[in-house]
Amino acid sequence: MHSSLLTLTDIRKSFGGVRALDRASLDLPRGAVTALIGENGAGKSTLVKILSGIYQPDAGEICFDGQAVLISNPQAARVLGIGVVHQECLAFDNLSVAENLFVNAQPATRGFVNWRVLRMQAKAVLRDLDADFDADLPAGRLSIAQKHVMQIARALTHESRVLIFDEPTASLSQRECAELFRIMRALRDAGCALLFISHKFDEIFELANRYAVFRDGVSVSAGRVSEVTNDELISLMVGRPVGQLFPKLATEPGVELLRVETLSRAGEFEDVSFTLRGGEILGVYGLVGAGRTELAQVLFGINAADSGVVTVAAGAELALVPEDRQVQGAVLPFSLAANIALPNLATLAPRGWCSAARESQLARQWIDRLGIKAQGPDQPVHHLSGGNQQKVVIAKWLARNPRVLILDEPTKGIDVGAKAAVHAVTSEFARAGGAVLMISSDLPEILGMSDRVLVMRRGRVRGHFTRAQATSENLLRAASDA
Amino acid sequence: MSAPRPRISDNTRRDLGLAALTAALFLAVTIAFPGFAAPRNLAGLLDDTAILIMLALGQMLVILGRGIDLSIAANLALCGMLAALFNRAFPEAGVAPVFALTLIAGGLLGACNGLLVWKLRLPPIVVTLGTMSIYRGAIYLLSKGAWVNENEMSRDFLAFPRGQFLGLSMLSWLSLAVAATFMVALQRMRAARDLYAAGGNPEAANYSGIDPGRMQFIAYTVCGAIAGVCGYLWVARFAVAYTDIALGFELSVIAACLIGGVAIAGGIGSAAGVVLGCLFIGIIRSSLPLVGISAFWQMFINGAVILVAVLLSARQRVFKRTILEART
Repeated sequence: MHSSLLTLTDIRKSFGGVRALDRASLDLPRGAVTALIGENGAGKSTLVKILSGIYQPDAGEICFDGQAVLISNPQAARVLGIGVVHQECLAFDNLSVAENLFVNAQPATRGFVNWRVLRMQAKAVLRDLDADFDADLPAGRLSIAQKHVMQIARALTHESRVLIFDEPTASLSQRECAELFRIMRALRDAGCALLFISHKFDEIFELANRYAVFRDGVSVSAGRVSEVTNDELISLMVGRPVGQLFPKLATEPGVELLRVETLSRAGEFEDVSFTLRGGEILGVYGLVGAGRTELAQVLFGINAADSGVVTVAAGAELALVPEDRQVQGAVLPFSLAANIALPNLATLAPRGWCSAARESQLARQWIDRLGIKAQGPDQPVHHLSGGNQQKVVIAKWLARNPRVLILDEPTKGIDVGAKAAVHAVTSEFARAGGAVLMISSDLPEILGMSDRVLVMRRGRVRGHFTRAQATSENLLRAASDA
Repeated sequence: MSAPRPRISDNTRRDLGLAALTAALFLAVTIAFPGFAAPRNLAGLLDDTAILIMLALGQMLVILGRGIDLSIAANLALCGMLAALFNRAFPEAGVAPVFALTLIAGGLLGACNGLLVWKLRLPPIVVTLGTMSIYRGAIYLLSKGAWVNENEMSRDFLAFPRGQFLGLSMLSWLSLAVAATFMVALQRMRAARDLYAAGGNPEAANYSGIDPGRMQFIAYTVCGAIAGVCGYLWVARFAVAYTDIALGFELSVIAACLIGGVAIAGGIGSAAGVVLGCLFIGIIRSSLPLVGISAFWQMFINGAVILVAVLLSARQRVFKRTILEART
């Protein structure tokens, strides 16, 4: 039986002149996982914010359990029984796990918190979820995966019947994903209505019963996942057939540009050796916490190694596109031009005087080359979508003409279109003789893009595969404890 | 894998550490100068520190919510002048109306800070830097630069903070009562827990239905009301009111909070810690003349203690960093 628990009809929402949602409709049946699919900017986050009471729709109707309702603030959403597991893990690191579960909803008498009841209820919920952490721990000590579990527990303490998961797997390892999916299935079987937002199609096909596709704020399609294929979903989402996702160009390996020998840094990675030649893409695969990002940081000189030798070919410059583009990659309040100019000021302003004209010119060049969707070089980067922000970060480094490009999770959390563009740029860079070290947790990306694959686990290299040897089974086995 | 349950929380551990440090300092001074531990001297120490304790507790609320109140001493001075002028005009009115007046006036001044921070979303440091000057200037306008001296103050007005009860001054008792109220309220009141949440992660607080700006407004208002009442207490205790009383005292108040373990970034701090921080400053302040070194050293030691406290909490964060995957 698939009776609807939550129905949204013809929701509209505009910000200034920009229409974020236009006639968006969504149907969440009980006992089912509905996947919400759309490119960045399709209106998914706006919809989540409307459901969690942060935004008010300009028009349209929300029905909960057959009744038209108004979700005027987050408190109202909670009272209705709508719980949200946010992408960014909104946790209070300064408070205990137990208190996190009950923020603004503490069991209390006459304004005074009843800590005994609060801790007891928190422990009960965590036990139900088989959580592997204690309710008295400060939330700041939890891993990202544990924080996700904490958010689910938070939703459950309020007896939520509608649960929204906004890209929950973006920063989880394989094992943590499996654990999350187990909990989600259990909630589904208990009759909850789940909304699952994800860019990863394998997860959608694994977990979801139904799908709904948004494009430019409009709902374009909905139905059963069993009646649709991967390619159909992609073309629904993009509105046009997408070119090859992994445009791997055949290249001849050139001269050796980077040689790493027995590189170690205490507590992070040990005894890492590899070589990298011009024209090559070396994929680095592993679970979260395998020491890959830390390796990239040492190669780029952010941290110092404890021992080992790194040899770089004469005159070969390195560039690092870091994992967290919003914190490490781009200066968000700066304009696009200022961001791209940042590592290039030595050339742009040789005597120490900056020139806005020269910076804009450089930015325009890269806007065209990478197809960055922006109003112009002066637009602040925080106004851009995730995919376009990533293109800006790549552009600022490519503008330096490096020979070795280190990419750390280059397509994490960006939509299919931007992903294809990033892959195209990477392939082009390698074809032009550059060497790429591509760290990724995205298995299809690793398999599709790499000439060779290095697998790391717990700070050590656990395997070295050629393109022919690299199969999902081989890589997964090397990366996990099996 | 189940994480080991911490036997005592980080907050408690920090407070205990500070208590040990304060006790060690106290012992050291007492060994050198046995007279220091005499009950009379200790009562004097508490009396000297009482106003600092109340102000620091108010300031803590503001800092917990990611704000700062630089205008706290100017607010105190303005309300002190108001109290003195009111008393001069109505000498027979007694102490109760003076309390009410300073409580309300201080609360309103604090609410001004809070409204500017909440509704106009201005940075707290800028807002209170501005109001600090405005409030100081207002004292001058109010008093036309003149002093209100002891002979212009009524007997009741002067007597209240000095009144003795069980060996302690009324001022001391008042500060103890405020401290006890804060200890219970911060731990148990829902509004206080919302303040910790709003200061710890304003965005997440917003998603939980807490308005972080509103929490800041409340914190500023309470802080202002405390500063207002302290204005009266200060003026009565020192028996004089003029434009420049408590000039620069806001920095001692903030220093006491930081030594007491309040995180300047918000969300972390306890009432017990702040009281200990004040006592620490109080002990140093009252023992330096005994040792025979200048008051400059008091500032020097306060500064060093703040840096060491910040350094220690920064080190804690480094140790928390876990890079390698947890072993199962």
